[in-house]
Amino acid sequence: MPAGCSSPTAICISMPEKRREKVQGGRVPGTTNHAQDDAQDDAQDHARHGAPGDVGPGNRPRRPLPGRAMIARLLARQTPLVPVDSAAARALVAVIAILTFLAALCAGAAELVATNSAQWRAAVGAEATIQIRPQPQADMEELVAQAARMARDTPGVLAVEPFSLGQSERLLEPWLGSGLDLAELPVPRLIELRLDPERRPDLASLRMQLREAVPGASLDDHAQWLARLSNMAQTIVAVGIALVLLVLIATGLAVAFATRGAMAGNRDIIEVLHYVGAHDAYIAREFRRRFLRLGLEGGAIGGIAAIAIFVALGWISASWRASPAGDQLEALFGAFEIGARGYLVMSGTALVAALVTAAMSDLSVRRFLQRKP
Amino acid sequence: MKDFAFAPDFSDIPVVHFENVGVRYGLGPEVLRDLTFSIEPHSFQFLSGPSGAGKTTLLRLILMSVRPTRGVMTLFGEEVSRIDQRRLADLRRRMGVVFQDFRLLDHLTLYENVALPLRVQEMEEARYRAEVTELLAWVGLGERMHVLPPVLSGGEKQRAAIARALITRPDLLLADEPTGNVDPGLARRLLRLFIELHRLGTAVLIATHDLALMDLYDARRLLLADGHLHIDA
Repeated sequence: MPAGCSSPTAICISMPEKRREKVQGGRVPGTTNHAQDDAQDDAQDHARHGAPGDVGPGNRPRRPLPGRAMIARLLARQTPLVPVDSAAARALVAVIAILTFLAALCAGAAELVATNSAQWRAAVGAEATIQIRPQPQADMEELVAQAARMARDTPGVLAVEPFSLGQSERLLEPWLGSGLDLAELPVPRLIELRLDPERRPDLASLRMQLREAVPGASLDDHAQWLARLSNMAQTIVAVGIALVLLVLIATGLAVAFATRGAMAGNRDIIEVLHYVGAHDAYIAREFRRRFLRLGLEGGAIGGIAAIAIFVALGWISASWRASPAGDQLEALFGAFEIGARGYLVMSGTALVAALVTAAMSDLSVRRFLQRKP
Repeated sequence: MKDFAFAPDFSDIPVVHFENVGVRYGLGPEVLRDLTFSIEPHSFQFLSGPSGAGKTTLLRLILMSVRPTRGVMTLFGEEVSRIDQRRLADLRRRMGVVFQDFRLLDHLTLYENVALPLRVQEMEEARYRAEVTELLAWVGLGERMHVLPPVLSGGEKQRAAIARALITRPDLLLADEPTGNVDPGLARRLLRLFIELHRLGTAVLIATHDLALMDLYDARRLLLADGHLHIDA
């Protein structure tokens, strides 16, 4: 106990021995000239209201002290400098979750369209059709055989499958009904060609040869339809990307407003942090850390919800696949599968939403701090 | 990282120097006029004056939360008009402040409040743990370190605020009415705490209108009245 202390728990004017040792040889040695005054004052003050160091009445039994390890754990646990306002934080997490959910849905839908469009284009682009319109006075079987021969001789054509008259007539059944005699109708004959995707055949040359050698023959490589399909798919993907960007911007703005609100609400704390020597970067980091956590939380909730929706719809669509309706839907819209890349895109969107949250809060805090004197 | 050894500083450069400094808020009249004075290293002074005389404004000037509207002001030898935000934080780390209303952060424990100046310097908690607990024990709050400020008495908050100001062993200690919320006995002991700190080498400026407190220690008095400063050596 330092000289001049009348009680081990009182504020002693002398520094503790350890601190005194540190300052010996410092600026001014710490010597106490008020020992007697201290003793008198302390005695008087203790009589009035107890020693300042006393927690409670002197005769109250003390609670057992926690262990050293527990104290170290308690002390090492650092409370965030920015207090967590649970109501505002929950609201912000909900907003971020909803916006991330929408952004991830848009990203997933764009990916779905892009994937299916690529599949459609690959499937349709791998086929071509030769159509031979009925010619009076001509042997149609001969014309079909001649056209099929020319197609087979073209490099890059993997398979040639002429439709027989019966097959061609069956193609009309959905529109005209079954059980009709179509012998009198001039039904065009079709030849389906399967093309090598690695080595595209010279279809322009084949078209010209057919036009010269086979009367009424024409070659349809679906190029026009493919171009329209491609444009439509690209437009949908572009709209999806634009929506994702818009939602991310909305997320950023929501976070910016929330950060400003948090800064205004914690103005006193920021002032104290400044007074004790905190750099702006340190304060900004404390806010960014808090908002990144909220952003990750909201992003994870929104992202997982969106992924769950896609998984559920994929599962439902797969369970319908065996039914005729399911087959028609799949034929029209493709399979409801986005694959690993799609899920990666959706997860990435959620992560970007969290990063946008952190970046916007950091920017807002720095701007707020720059305006301070 | 800050060297935590108690580095001696025998420099003669004034800790604070004012040369014809004036302050006004907005377009209003000057609240402080033609202040010319210095706070020397290792000095002790009281700042006094009636309520509303500008004591707190003068402390805020030294803390640089208010900028002078005219005159020249230097802090640790650096002219404040040339100090950027980053340097300002560095200079504030050499100051300890005891606010009239304590300014403890209510969501942090006493231990965290006292350790705050070291925490914002990004010092590892394990490095300052012993120092902070020792200081808390020294001011008689050793068993209250896990308590949140709202449940403390005025005197306990006062001591916690003082401990926070002392933890970095500042070159300059500013205290705004540090005895305003305590009884005379505790006020005397807190004063002796500041005197002891002064003896250890810190320049101390205590703003108070408590004449009885000032009579307890023979020190330079800075008297603020009508915006002017009168020095009573």
